[in-house]
Amino acid sequence: MATSKIDDPRVIEFDVRTDEMLINMGPQHPSTHGVLRLVLRSDGEVVSDVEPHLGYLHRCAEKIGENLTARQWIPYTDRMDYLAAMNMNLGWSLVIEKLIEYDLPERGRHLRVIISEMGRIASHLVAMGTYGLDLGSFTPFLYGFRERERILNLFEEVCGARLTYSYLTPGGATADLPSGWTDKCREFLTQFKEVIPELHTLLTTNSIFVSRTAGIGVMSARMAIDYGCTGPVLRGSGVYHDLRFHGEERYTEMYDGYVFDVICADPETGKYPESNYEFHGDKLDYPEIPRQAILGDCWHRFYVRMLEVVQSVRLIEQAIEKYEATSGDWGKPIKLIQKLPAKEAYMETEAPRGQMGFYVVGNGDSIPWRVRARSSSFCNLSVTAPLCQGILLADIPAIVGSLDVVMGEIDR
Amino acid sequence: MADFIDYLFGIDDSWFSYLVAALVAAVLILHVVAVGALLFIWMERKISGRIQDRLGPTRVGGKFGWLQTLADGIKLIAKEDITPDLADRFLFKIAPYIGLAASYAAFIALPFADGVVGQHLNTAVFFVLAVLGLEVFSVILAGYASGSKWSLFGAMREAAQVVSYEVPLGMCVVVPVMICGTMNLTTIANMQSGFFTNWLVFNDPFTFLTAIIYFTCATAGVNRAPFDLAEAESELVAGFHTEYSGLRWSLFFMAEYSSMFIVSALASILFFGGPHGPIPIADILGLLPTENLGSGSAQAFNENADGFFAAMNVQVMIARVLGVGNLILKGVIGVTLMMWIRWSFPRLRIDQVMTMCLKYCVPLAAIGFIGATAWQYLDLPTGNALVDAPRYEHHEMWTDGLSKNESDVEAEAEAVESVEEVQTPHANDKVTDASSVTVKTVPVSVEKGGDQ
Repeated sequence: MATSKIDDPRVIEFDVRTDEMLINMGPQHPSTHGVLRLVLRSDGEVVSDVEPHLGYLHRCAEKIGENLTARQWIPYTDRMDYLAAMNMNLGWSLVIEKLIEYDLPERGRHLRVIISEMGRIASHLVAMGTYGLDLGSFTPFLYGFRERERILNLFEEVCGARLTYSYLTPGGATADLPSGWTDKCREFLTQFKEVIPELHTLLTTNSIFVSRTAGIGVMSARMAIDYGCTGPVLRGSGVYHDLRFHGEERYTEMYDGYVFDVICADPETGKYPESNYEFHGDKLDYPEIPRQAILGDCWHRFYVRMLEVVQSVRLIEQAIEKYEATSGDWGKPIKLIQKLPAKEAYMETEAPRGQMGFYVVGNGDSIPWRVRARSSSFCNLSVTAPLCQGILLADIPAIVGSLDVVMGEIDR
Repeated sequence: MADFIDYLFGIDDSWFSYLVAALVAAVLILHVVAVGALLFIWMERKISGRIQDRLGPTRVGGKFGWLQTLADGIKLIAKEDITPDLADRFLFKIAPYIGLAASYAAFIALPFADGVVGQHLNTAVFFVLAVLGLEVFSVILAGYASGSKWSLFGAMREAAQVVSYEVPLGMCVVVPVMICGTMNLTTIANMQSGFFTNWLVFNDPFTFLTAIIYFTCATAGVNRAPFDLAEAESELVAGFHTEYSGLRWSLFFMAEYSSMFIVSALASILFFGGPHGPIPIADILGLLPTENLGSGSAQAFNENADGFFAAMNVQVMIARVLGVGNLILKGVIGVTLMMWIRWSFPRLRIDQVMTMCLKYCVPLAAIGFIGATAWQYLDLPTGNALVDAPRYEHHEMWTDGLSKNESDVEAEAEAVESVEEVQTPHANDKVTDASSVTVKTVPVSVEKGGDQ
């Protein structure tokens, strides 16, 4: 029917057909997570093609980095992934330390584990909450933010800031944890554990949520690897890869002696690692995987984040103990005008949204000759177009939300 | 009301009385709509606040922020009334009025208690549903006339959804109509007086099922979450009212909240006893004398003035106020339930909404209808018959009436349409019978102008 031939091309009144509609979704759309702009080609509710447009938050961060010293650029890394600024600080700090071959004292190592995993929880809480918002459920968003606020309060005590911390710096951190902070952190973890089942009830196992996310935006492991997806997006497709295990030694040694799981379903059995989540001495099982869920769909990506939060709690609990057991220096920041050797260094860390890489080339001066950031969200976003073909309009927020992109990191 | 005016001015059946009566009723109902919307928006804020572990409004108006909505209303009135360049100006401007008028007009036939109604209609059920169904026009017009693609999407969704959900909604509404044998809401409500076991929702398992389906479909019909696809903010910005501002925007909201109340109040009348509470306090206290009650009907004051004042005595007034309170309370409970659902669940997708309607709601409503019909036909015990509670009413009277007309019952089982045609005239006869025969009940006046 689509191509009915009309002899006279001027006769068009019998050629009844519907037009495709070209719609702009964003950059001011409420559910495009910042300033992402999607151009949709839609036939009614069915979207045939989605094209993401970037660049609305471009701030020349890399070029600025080539005009500032290594420590001066730390605040700019805050503004990349502003939802997990601590992890951005960490990535840059580690690459500078690699360049100048600086070894961190042990206490600083544990401090960094505590802070970066707290950052991961805070970030995943936003991811979880806004995903609920994308699907039309407002309440989990505020539940997530309520918990995030507690983390931000703790961060505020540590460094005085609630969003752009500039706390972890090359050389360690700007200050040691304040006295009594670890107790407050323990208190937070105890009450946070109570909230996790609530969040599972509101979203993970909610039948409407499952029907909106299960089987939507299925990405195979092959495709995830091909597009360079990392982080929960990659592990949601069943690829066992986490830089905290598989990364460079300078990064993985931070996690030496820690016990935690990589949250990733076994592609053969579709099973996730056993629950290690304990509360009041009882072992709480992870919620069941719903029947409709396919490995690599939106539901699995969401689930991986939810379970990673539990692993982060585990890590922080261990890190607090190790931190308290060690004494001495936590790692003073390097000098503001630290000379960078004429070498290059590149390093990727496991940020909440995936592998965040920083590349730096020194030239003997304190200002680096070249700075480059490899954004995880950028690669994760690149699957939007292939995933959003022939879906319904309402699935676009579901898919884009499950990729959990932060435009500040993509545009830099 | 018109009779009362007649009586006051000593005139007889004048157009003037009807005009005054209509104006008074209109103003009263307008207050219900406006104040109701104010209350519900404030309630929604407080409830969502509590659900989300925050406080909601706390400052405006002293305690509890109870004047917050009024403050917002003043702000909205002060806002600029913007019409987009691409909009169809006339349709764009008229759309919110149609929406508000539709949900406002539906209140005319809604009895708040026996005799407390804008206009008695023997086809009140039909009227309310039909007028409420007009509200979809405002959404379609708003979406079409806005000149925005997002608004158009909202309108398309609304059209598809509301029209589909009217099918199971109508099938659910037919069940109480069939059991009671009338479309008069006052009569349906009065047939459920007495203890709560008399409520139609407990009549048999199928009416229970029907009540649940009705509420689901009503939620979808008034565009509340999880069916609020027409204004899905995460997909369609704000859906059909994206381009509206100021007062016009607030009219859409008033329409939405008053429709919510209408469908909840209709649910309470059709299934949950309407103005009759779970325990007939007014009966127990003897507020409703079983004799000498003209219910303020036309004969009462036309024949002698004393009859009118006898009908208007304090006890009856108290009983009616109780009834209005009951109905409003039940309506508010229904609205609260909708709010609770809205703030707990994600939104469905359009195909899932349609699937739910066509694959679940329509068949279940059909099962409810057929089951309830069979229950009546086989004369199986109602919920009331299973409980040994003191009776203040002859609840069984309509089943008695039905068993007399078995041919009618068979006709009902045949088709939905035939029920409405066959039952309505015969219901009228029967109700007038009932008011004269059953001395214990509050007689139900169905004549024109029989209200207060």
